[in-house]
Amino acid sequence: MNVNKIFKNAFLVAFTCLALSACAKKVSTSGQLQGDVYTGTDTVEYLAKGVPDRVFFATNESVLTTKSRETLRKQAAWLRKNSKINIVVEGHADERGTREYNLALGERRANAAKDYLMTYGISADRISVISYGKERPVDSGSNPLSWSKNRRSVTVKAN
Amino acid sequence: MLFRYLLILIFLIPLNSFALIEVDITRGNLTPLPIAVSPLSLDEESKQNLKKILQKEDLGSEISIVVENNLKKSGLFNPLNKDSFLQKPDIAHLKPRFEDWALIKAQALITGKVTISDEKLRVEFRLWDVLAAKEMMALAFTTVPTNWRRVGHIITDKIYERLTGEKGYFDTRIIYVAEEGPKIKRIKKLAIMDQDGFNTKYLTLGNELVLTPRFNPTNQMVTYLSYFRNLPRVYLLDIETGIQEVVGDFPGMTFAPRFSPDGKKIIMSFAQDGNSDIYTMDLENRIVERITNHPSIDTSPSYSPDGKYICFNSDRSGYQQIYIMKSDGSKVKRISFGRGLYGTPVWSPRGDLIAFTKLHKGKFYIGVMRTNGKGERLLTENFYQEAPSWSPNGRVLIFYRETKTDEKGEGFSAKLWSIDLTGYNERLVDTETDASDPSWSSLLSN
Repeated sequence: MNVNKIFKNAFLVAFTCLALSACAKKVSTSGQLQGDVYTGTDTVEYLAKGVPDRVFFATNESVLTTKSRETLRKQAAWLRKNSKINIVVEGHADERGTREYNLALGERRANAAKDYLMTYGISADRISVISYGKERPVDSGSNPLSWSKNRRSVTVKAN
Repeated sequence: MLFRYLLILIFLIPLNSFALIEVDITRGNLTPLPIAVSPLSLDEESKQNLKKILQKEDLGSEISIVVENNLKKSGLFNPLNKDSFLQKPDIAHLKPRFEDWALIKAQALITGKVTISDEKLRVEFRLWDVLAAKEMMALAFTTVPTNWRRVGHIITDKIYERLTGEKGYFDTRIIYVAEEGPKIKRIKKLAIMDQDGFNTKYLTLGNELVLTPRFNPTNQMVTYLSYFRNLPRVYLLDIETGIQEVVGDFPGMTFAPRFSPDGKKIIMSFAQDGNSDIYTMDLENRIVERITNHPSIDTSPSYSPDGKYICFNSDRSGYQQIYIMKSDGSKVKRISFGRGLYGTPVWSPRGDLIAFTKLHKGKFYIGVMRTNGKGERLLTENFYQEAPSWSPNGRVLIFYRETKTDEKGEGFSAKLWSIDLTGYNERLVDTETDASDPSWSSLLSN
């Protein structure tokens, strides 16, 4: 029993060390991740000046963050001004999920963005959605930062 | 294509029903049965003819190598080195000198003979119990010469069945997605090959993304997801004619298709307005039926072999879990309750188990559970792997595994692997290119 306890303590110490080093590592990418939602601009392209083309999601989530909603409002404003432009919203997932579920998840994310654009006055006729699941990552790395960039919906011009 | 060539089966001698050698396949087999696979004998005239037709020096030897490799990969047999064989193939086939074979510790012996006449290939083989000094089985096949590898697979199936008491899985094919190119711009094609990695054929050109191919029960049709014209829809491909047609032409994405056990329906997911539900389409009259109706994601449906139940993947509890229901969509019941996320449920052809992918603490597992969710067993753990598919006898699973990329995003590869239901005998399956989404056919001949 005693030996067990000693092991347990040693384990705890080792674990704490690990956890600390993990934290230390995270700092280098801080400012790019909030929770596990990407907040950086590495892969972002622009539909027009000041109108980012994409929003990012947390793991397994399709909820729009405050920043995502802000981005989508900018897209809606730009779309209202450019009424002849139609768009495709592409939904994507990271590689950490089963293929078929991720296809469904990508579709759910793309529709979350579409719904939000519609509440800001963009007609459903102008928006089509497509899910690529995890088939089209934008960052090929296998680490939390890469995955956060890949969990996204991207608005692209259809015409 | 190959399916067309009928194999003619002639029983030479009725099977002996003595209790001879037996191989237990229900446990991890730690002492594979020592077996001697003699090269099949080939007379001079047939040798010359075969050289002309197939450009093969010694087909007898090549067929025996097919058998030997199959037996070895099954993990149940230990084929002995041919250099140690004392008896010539033709004499051994007539009457083995059992002392010679016992000397090299063989417990079973396979001998055979290849002849060709009128452009027809005739292959006979015998299975001998060395210790009992008895013949256990003798069969002959006649077919077109180009079918010679299949003959090797069928011989393996017969031997496997005689020694284990269960049907084999060697005269089968795998349909999968062949992959190439960098991860962010991956090119994917449908490919089909023999179970041992030979005779690979590419069925699409790679112009559009294709995913999740699955055979129908007669192995002549394949259903899969194609992004043709950027519209992700379920398609049907006739392997013989190459004709493709869309079957899931709904006003939104259709995906995750599989055939019903009678081959008459395709079951699939249909995603619309952010919600995926499960539907079936009758291939004859094109009648569509909605099976689930829930605001969560319902996908990856797979029928029980009797067609009465469906297992599927849903996140209605908040996270991906495995559920079963009656085939009309009633009596939905969650069966996975372990820690982690569960996906890709596939019902065993024996009916008793469901194979799945599990994601827990950053690791992916391939596992099995009983159809009531009890008795979960994880067979293999890795950084990333998914999509198990059952061998037709329900004893082996094939799946695919991806290696992690490095900091630069390099070093990525995807390969097919197989593992026994026992959790032993994990093996890389040979493919010409990177590969994913494997689906195992049923036995091509019975």
